[in-house]
Amino acid sequence: MADAVPVQDTGAAPGALPPTKRGLELIMLAFATIVVTTALVLVELNQPQGLTRSVLYDGAAYLALFSAAHIAVRYLAPYADPLILPCVALLNGLGLVVIHRLDLADETTAASVGSPPPAGNLPHQIAWTALGLGLFVAVLAGVRDHRQLARYGYTCGLVGLGALALPGLLPAALSEVNGAKIWLRFGPLTIQPGEFAKILIMIFVAAFLVTKRDLFTTAGRSVLGMELPRARDLAPLLMAWGLSLAVLALEKDLGTSLLFFGIVLVLIYVATERASWLVIGLMFFLGGAVMSDLLFRHVHRRVTAWINPFADYDGAGYQMAQSLFGLGTGGVFGTGLGAGRPDLVPEAHTDFITAAIGEELGFVGLAAVLFIYLLVVMRGMRAALTVRDTFGKLLAAGLSFAIGLEVFIVVGGVTKLIPLTGLTAPFLAYGGSSLLANYILVALLLRISHAARAPAGASGPRKPVAPLAEARTEMVQRP
Amino acid sequence: MNTPLRRVALAVIGMIVLLLANATYIQVVNADTYRTDPRNRRVLLDEYSRQRGQIIAGGLPVANSVETGGQLRFLRTYLNGPLYAPVTGYYSLRYGSGGVENAMDAVLNGSDGRLFVRRVSDLITGREPSGGNVELTINPAIQKAAYEGLTRKGYTGAVVAIKPSTGEILAMASTPSYDPNRLSSHDGAVQEAAWNADTSPQNHSPLTNRAVAVTYPPGSTFKLVVTAAALEAGRATPDTPLPATPALQLQGTTTLLHNFADQPCGGGATATLTQALVRSCNTAFAQLATIVGENDLRKQAQALGVGQQDLNIPIPVAPSTVGAIPDIAALEQSGIGQRDVALTPLQNAMIAATIANGGVRMKPQLVRNILAPDLSVLESFTPEQAGVAMSRFTASEIRDMMVAAENSYRNDGKISGVTIAAKTGTAEHGADPKNTPPHGWYVAFAPANNPQVAVAVVVEDGGDRNLEATGGSLAAPIGRAVIAAALQGVR
Repeated sequence: MADAVPVQDTGAAPGALPPTKRGLELIMLAFATIVVTTALVLVELNQPQGLTRSVLYDGAAYLALFSAAHIAVRYLAPYADPLILPCVALLNGLGLVVIHRLDLADETTAASVGSPPPAGNLPHQIAWTALGLGLFVAVLAGVRDHRQLARYGYTCGLVGLGALALPGLLPAALSEVNGAKIWLRFGPLTIQPGEFAKILIMIFVAAFLVTKRDLFTTAGRSVLGMELPRARDLAPLLMAWGLSLAVLALEKDLGTSLLFFGIVLVLIYVATERASWLVIGLMFFLGGAVMSDLLFRHVHRRVTAWINPFADYDGAGYQMAQSLFGLGTGGVFGTGLGAGRPDLVPEAHTDFITAAIGEELGFVGLAAVLFIYLLVVMRGMRAALTVRDTFGKLLAAGLSFAIGLEVFIVVGGVTKLIPLTGLTAPFLAYGGSSLLANYILVALLLRISHAARAPAGASGPRKPVAPLAEARTEMVQRP
Repeated sequence: MNTPLRRVALAVIGMIVLLLANATYIQVVNADTYRTDPRNRRVLLDEYSRQRGQIIAGGLPVANSVETGGQLRFLRTYLNGPLYAPVTGYYSLRYGSGGVENAMDAVLNGSDGRLFVRRVSDLITGREPSGGNVELTINPAIQKAAYEGLTRKGYTGAVVAIKPSTGEILAMASTPSYDPNRLSSHDGAVQEAAWNADTSPQNHSPLTNRAVAVTYPPGSTFKLVVTAAALEAGRATPDTPLPATPALQLQGTTTLLHNFADQPCGGGATATLTQALVRSCNTAFAQLATIVGENDLRKQAQALGVGQQDLNIPIPVAPSTVGAIPDIAALEQSGIGQRDVALTPLQNAMIAATIANGGVRMKPQLVRNILAPDLSVLESFTPEQAGVAMSRFTASEIRDMMVAAENSYRNDGKISGVTIAAKTGTAEHGADPKNTPPHGWYVAFAPANNPQVAVAVVVEDGGDRNLEATGGSLAAPIGRAVIAAALQGVR
């Protein structure tokens, strides 16, 4: 798609600087604006009060917000991938529309029982979006070269670990919401430190693997034609595994646990290029899965509700059953935005926002959303392939894979492919921490993709100036 | 390092494909299972957001949907709810629907194929979609006579009135009745309280439509079927003499079968078939049954509709049955409508209507017209023959016997100038039949020479007369009142 649209904005002659493709990004952002505004119009049309002019202002505000991000990219990372930001903008915009749509449903419900209208979720999510984009620009401005991050690898690791562990160690009153101990409560504000820890730990693991890469490739015994690593080299993987299980035990957070282990495993695999790590990791995973099903009641409950949600329809299986009813009612083309009943699924605006999309936009809409995610992941992977430094490769791969895996875990849970985990769909779902963390993630991805595509010397830290004594002699062209 | 990167990218593609395959399974392959699951409230909520069609009786909308402005946009309301409840049924968010609401749901909610063109034009013109209307064959005046006849003395029972020539059901009452308005309330607590009260056996289960869903031993009214079988098979004429003893020892047993009040059947040693029917002699009919035989009795009952499993009017009707007849004693008992013989009031009305219609049985029907939302007729009911149950001659012979029977009954509520053909029944039931108040029956049609209405009345458990109750004292006055109401418009 990127190559199909001619780009003329650089005006550069062939052989000079490669195109930045920022014009394509702007066009795609405009396209995303049209899609999101159309979705909003559909929602409004399906409501009794009909269309109001505010739709136009909402569309304009959305475009302004992302244009600001676009301008920042122009200055701070001109060679960044042109499709990632529009995709993210589209997902975020769709999320806002669906959250708005669920707010309307809640208002109608409240009005029908005569209670005052509930405070909507939309204003919060808009504020989080603006804040997220602010953070996005700040990261792009602050991290001029992703390689700087490698130097803070251990610091990141320590802080990330602390952030991940903190809610589990705090008393439940400060950290528990709906049974999961993954929050930090500051008065009315709650944040999920695990979302940020995800990125910090990825930076650490990537930096760690860059320095200790050789260690992991040392061959141990060969079994069934596959070279196994030495037992002592398993320590880092074992630690990640243990940490995942600790998160599961202390914080009752199946999703983060899975996500964390998956990312570390894939990073080790990419760094070592050895499939044996994957096999060992999957065995660890299976062992851990069986163990937690047997040991932890909250995990076992989710597994039974997954196997047959209708067995305990009024209890543990209710949410899953409602999600399936919604998806089934939506069918191939959906009920139409604003014309379904996605509010019948509890937590439709967070964990189950993809069920709401599947109901109102149908299989077609759900597939489109999955393709947008896939596009983001593939563009991220492309940055990983083309960037020159190992740390950049690992980090870009980790960041992109994290999005892919999270989408798999979330949508898989909502559609009964795997047990429910409690993660939320990146950019779509309501939730400040997730949104902020994912904008940081995307900023880093854009930074790496900029490094991958920028001509040497176009950016990055200034080259160290060599002492005068080592300077080259210059050849002066004769007239 | 790029090879594992490519593999990871492929793995992510694989995961997305897996998600898509699974979503296809749920949203395409299994979609209908989830969509139509009774626990999926979306379907109901969707129905509540459309204007459901009216149920109309005699020009009056007896069930109607009114806009509320709430989350459930329309509230189902019933005019004179308890009066029409056995017909309209109910329409409840929590408890589903019953009666015509259930049987004609596709028309009322607008999904019926006959409303297809209308639906498409709604879609194009943006007109508010709404359901079609159902016009009933019920006549409000007759329905009222039937309902009030039963409720005046607080009887538990049922009345069905049929137009013999077409099978149109003119009245269908069942008591105690219930108010469907409470079941269609949008207040869950009201619905629940109503449902609990309306299904409680202590309250005689008002939700049960006794006219079509309950079978009773028909008692002496079944003698009409035995008579028809005997006449049709040529095994008797109205003048055939039958033994007139006050009691009869059932074959192969020591049990005595008695006539009512242990009286002989008239003065002589024998009584004619006509006399036996008029006096409703059990001993005579027990023996007539043995003369007819099990096969011919079953054949006659079946020709009159007994045993039909799939009768829908369009409300489903419980099948009536002759029951098992393992030996002669059982045949003798079955011949007087006891033992395992069990008929719905609708079935018994159909028997009377068939005799009235010269032996031709018409399929009973409750719906006269299906109307579009603008009240234009989409489809009209046409009378449908269900078969010939007996010859015209046999029918006229039985009619004459029934006229003689009616003339012999007590005078409660007789209508001057109208000749009624009738048969009463007093059916014993329960574990201790002699000490359990009997069910009283009355089946009739009128005018005898040009029948406009056939009626069956059943009053459970002796009504207000306990063990003294008879069909003639309990059910006959109600039946005559219904006939009077039916003939009001005709004369």
